[in-house]
Amino acid sequence: MRAQRFQDALFHQLTRFFAFLVLAILVAILASLFYGALPALKEFGAGFPFSADWNPVLDKFGGLISVYGTLSTSLIALLVAVPVSFGIALFLTELCPPALRAPLGVAVELLAAVPSIIYGMWGLFVFAPLFADYIQPLLSGTLGQLPFVGVLFQGPQNGIGILSAGLILAVMVIPFIASVMRDVFEVVPGILKESAYGLGATTWEVVWNVVLPYTRVGVIGGVMLGLGRALGETMAVTFVIGNAHRISPSLYEAGNSIASTLANEFAEASSDLHVASLIALGLILFFVTFVVLAISKILLMRLQRSEGEKT
Amino acid sequence: MQGFIRACSFVVALGGAGVAQAVDITGAGATFPYPIYSKWAEIYKAKTGSGLNYQSIGSGGGIKQIKSKTVDFGASDMPLKAEDLEKDGLVQFPAVIGGVVPVVNLEGVAPGQMKMTGTLLADIYMGKVKKWNDPAIAALNAGVRLPDENITVVRRADGSGTTFLFTNYLSKVSTDWKDKVGAGTAVQWPEGVGGKGNEGVASYVQRIKGGIGYVEYAYAKKNKMIHLAMKNKAGEFVQPDDLTFQAAASFAEWSKVPGFGEILTEQPGKTSWPITGASFILMHKVQADPAKGAEVVKFFDWAFKNGQKTAEELDYVPLPPVLVKQIDTALRASLKDASGNPVIK
Repeated sequence: MRAQRFQDALFHQLTRFFAFLVLAILVAILASLFYGALPALKEFGAGFPFSADWNPVLDKFGGLISVYGTLSTSLIALLVAVPVSFGIALFLTELCPPALRAPLGVAVELLAAVPSIIYGMWGLFVFAPLFADYIQPLLSGTLGQLPFVGVLFQGPQNGIGILSAGLILAVMVIPFIASVMRDVFEVVPGILKESAYGLGATTWEVVWNVVLPYTRVGVIGGVMLGLGRALGETMAVTFVIGNAHRISPSLYEAGNSIASTLANEFAEASSDLHVASLIALGLILFFVTFVVLAISKILLMRLQRSEGEKT
Repeated sequence: MQGFIRACSFVVALGGAGVAQAVDITGAGATFPYPIYSKWAEIYKAKTGSGLNYQSIGSGGGIKQIKSKTVDFGASDMPLKAEDLEKDGLVQFPAVIGGVVPVVNLEGVAPGQMKMTGTLLADIYMGKVKKWNDPAIAALNAGVRLPDENITVVRRADGSGTTFLFTNYLSKVSTDWKDKVGAGTAVQWPEGVGGKGNEGVASYVQRIKGGIGYVEYAYAKKNKMIHLAMKNKAGEFVQPDDLTFQAAASFAEWSKVPGFGEILTEQPGKTSWPITGASFILMHKVQADPAKGAEVVKFFDWAFKNGQKTAEELDYVPLPPVLVKQIDTALRASLKDASGNPVIK
């Protein structure tokens, strides 16, 4: 009896230790990032994330270009990936003939298992030339002629740039978002859907009015999972974004994301300030990811609370 | 650990009969000379039993590693300044010579057919010349059919000794470049897309129609890229190869620059390739472990005297014999152990 109690206590302590270890590692990473970034933060001050400088010769650095690249590519990725993933999940759970369900589901999951470097190489060697020859001229000829948004689709048509990187990211995050959506769609109680169908609702109405509200939390979680992956993705982006420290209104132009800047420059950063600025970029990425996660959590909490009020 | 190493060297000594003692050395740094260093190391290991573990982590990394004394030697494509060498107590010497070559992706143009000057190259890289059929390019290339295509500038995204040589050259030939961009292992590029490593630049240029980039000679040759003929300081158009690199190196006054930190861009001489440069080795003057220091010197001495053919096979230019002698003298004079005795006996 006593031995059992001792084992219980030991187990309790052990699991607590593991849990706190995660917290300790997180704090340690944050602290070492901050410490490493300190010289850059001291030199450039609070304006660092908003300065478009990146000049290793004069030792002048700022994070705006990389932050813009990270946010714009991730935004493009989500704009494309969310509707597509929704379609995939909807088809798999509501419309798909049972014989097709398993192979299609496995295919989507396999897509998630492809290493990111493969997406990068595929993006550069296969996607970029096709994109340059067929899709970019088509987009400039149509969307590029519109007022205001037209400028986004004008520029050098060489298949490399912010838009390409965003689209490759979209392909990469689709399996994540789609499989989460499919899983949560599947847990919707049949009785709810049956009653809606019984009332004469179409498939679309059932999905939009019953399935989606029921699974809202899970769907947002899946989208955030995809966004998290898109924000930090390194290799695939580095291959196709063009790695240029420039901000341009055109999505065809080459740019740089935080992760690609780090991957490219860390090994060869010559001055201490350059290294510190790169670490500061890492710190910014840490914060951006943290803020995204925090916002999604708050969003979910709000949703759950408002649901509580309704009933 | 000590025992393990001793046991290892014992075994090796038994195996390679007649070999005095095998000492394994480590080095880290520049990626450009990695193929030749590892080839040399392979042959050297077979001959002497002493191994070299070289990590090609980049010149910046190599400088950091040698400063923190985690490796026996560091390697950098950019020479350190005399005051930096003095500050960290380092000696520096060149190990191999290579060249940087502008390459293009233009249909119907043969390798070496198209001519280019340094100032025009600077204008292209600054975005002043945007089309391949620009009058300035056409004036140089009377017989070449130039397409009405946009020029896409490709350069390195990572910091690199190759970039240092290229921007150093552009700064020498164009004051505009010098004032607005400058020279360094990484610069604030006014134009273009960036590829990671020589292979990144090579694959971008091969994939983008109308692209222009710069790579190490070996990459241009291996990938059969369309290189340009460059106008050198003497006003002649030259093709990149071992001979023109060697010609450029022959004008260097190595002994006059501390740490042999001679940069071989825009050298005089009718046959000199204008974008030539050496890759350097860094060692601490005071060797904590004299046996290792001596082994590093022995390795490079062996490589300088016996490794020329291997270097040429891999499209590097070996150092001229005069320079090898000067390096030997300098190392004998400056490498000391902790108590001040010379490391090389």
